[in-house]
Amino acid sequence: MTAPGAVLEARHVTMQFGGLKALSDFNLTLMPGELVGLIGPNGAGKTTAFNAITGVYPPSAGDVFVAGERVNGQRPHQICMAGVARTFQNIRLFKELTALDNVKVACHHGRKAGFAAAFFLTPAFVADEERITARAEEYLKVMGLSHRRDALAKNLPYGEQRRLEIARALASGPKVLCLDEPAAGMNASEKVALMELIHRIRDQFRLAILVIEHDMRLVMGVSERLVVLDHGVTISQGVPERVRKDPKVIEAYLGDSYLEEKKIAVPGAPTT
Amino acid sequence: MRPLRIVLRSALPFLIAIPLCLALQSVLSPGWSIIVIAAGINVILAVSLNVVNGFTGQFSIGHAGFAAVGAYTAAKITTAMHGLQIVGLSAGVSDQVVFLIALVAGMITAAMAGFLVGMPSLRLRGDYLAIVTLGFNEIIRVIIENTPFLGQATGISGLPRLTTVLWVGLGVIATISMARRLVGSTHGRALLAIREDEVAAEAMGVDTTGYKVRAFVIASAFAGLAGGLLVHLIQLCTPRSFTFVKSIEVVVMVVLGGMGSVTGSVVSALVLSFALEGLREVQQYRMVLYSLLLIVLMLTRPTGLFGTREIWDIIKLPGRRKAARVEVTP
Repeated sequence: MTAPGAVLEARHVTMQFGGLKALSDFNLTLMPGELVGLIGPNGAGKTTAFNAITGVYPPSAGDVFVAGERVNGQRPHQICMAGVARTFQNIRLFKELTALDNVKVACHHGRKAGFAAAFFLTPAFVADEERITARAEEYLKVMGLSHRRDALAKNLPYGEQRRLEIARALASGPKVLCLDEPAAGMNASEKVALMELIHRIRDQFRLAILVIEHDMRLVMGVSERLVVLDHGVTISQGVPERVRKDPKVIEAYLGDSYLEEKKIAVPGAPTT
Repeated sequence: MRPLRIVLRSALPFLIAIPLCLALQSVLSPGWSIIVIAAGINVILAVSLNVVNGFTGQFSIGHAGFAAVGAYTAAKITTAMHGLQIVGLSAGVSDQVVFLIALVAGMITAAMAGFLVGMPSLRLRGDYLAIVTLGFNEIIRVIIENTPFLGQATGISGLPRLTTVLWVGLGVIATISMARRLVGSTHGRALLAIREDEVAAEAMGVDTTGYKVRAFVIASAFAGLAGGLLVHLIQLCTPRSFTFVKSIEVVVMVVLGGMGSVTGSVVSALVLSFALEGLREVQQYRMVLYSLLLIVLMLTRPTGLFGTREIWDIIKLPGRRKAARVEVTP
């Protein structure tokens, strides 16, 4: 049984590539409306955790549950349909399609008309298309991209491409939104605006959000809870204040020489 | 009122095409009508292949194999039904009905062949798919050449001459409408998304394998239609009409016109078909010409003549809410 009410639960998830354990015994429970930050130094396994959750790679061991249903082993599109949407660290928009079409690709819900209906332009198909267009426009508006409706995705400025990716993820009607470094490459004020936006969409769509972010100040400020990974191992988790003071986290980020200098003892660390 | 308008919009291309084709049929000399029909068949092949190679971004080079499946199915049906008359219809009408049945049957068998080939192989990407489709093309040829029922290497001769400008015109319109409506639909957008970024498409809930197979099946069905039309034009159904060379010819048309542009496929299929007629004396150098053409194209205009643009994006039809693509400078 999964925790009651959890929209996403990862239990003892392990990802093994040959001899490398990119992620070991990863546990996470997300409740509706929660905003959780996933942090860690480079190569800590954050994106691997995302890939394991969204089905890009099936986990080597452990289980992933979405709204109480076991999804590991399913293909990414099935997991997306189950309610997990994601963005990518290096933007992966459909570059040659318009902003609107990018969002429309993800609008699956309530689609009735099939392939044949499209050929014969049946009324059901036309109604479907109109509804999908209206919905896609709605998501563009939420992300402040209405003015870019007919622009090709590749021609958008960087910040808008990031936002378009979030709009596209929202359009799939997720329960959980996984954002992989949404603020990467943005300047300080853009980052603050983005985080406000993320808060807003969470409240508006009642989403659970899992966000990977490198900017410590930012992620500490917006997340209710943090999970810290290092070398694939969860070294700390909890409220930001606690994680900030956790010696293991400081060690992972700043090295043990820093700790020695500051005379902070790491529990369980070998003493010399 | 609204449903009526939708039905009208759906049937409009055909309603316009019928009188046009009939008019064309009456003015063309027999020699010219053969050339026009052959060009139309090439248009059907190129546009349908574009659904796989252009829209979906997969690379299939065995299109003639699917045309062969459709052609032999249709040829077998029309020869078997030859001389039979459907009760209550005159001989002429009866033949046409039989032809329609034969063409549809050809499309169905070709689609099934597409499904059989596509199902296992569309999990592969790029070059691998190309090799599999090429192999399929050869397998079909070898099977035909060794099956007495299909006339082996000599093929099936003495087919009735049933393909007319009208039939091909309707086939062309059906193919173009299919391609155009597909692109404008959710399904078509899913195909384009696969072309643009397969990983992202999959993450956005697009069943990539399923959509690729569907695109393949549709393209195969229309290749089957082209095959059926072709053999009832030349009144002979032999494996020589559906070799690897024919497949490459279609690929050249698609690449030349621009992968992903229906307009491009139509234009380049027409241009190449008519050019080939003009160059009958140098037929044996056809492959050399194709290669040269491709090399020049890749060096000077790698996106093809039209890129992914369409004529209906440039010339906006009145009364249609079709947003033009606005270029935005960041």
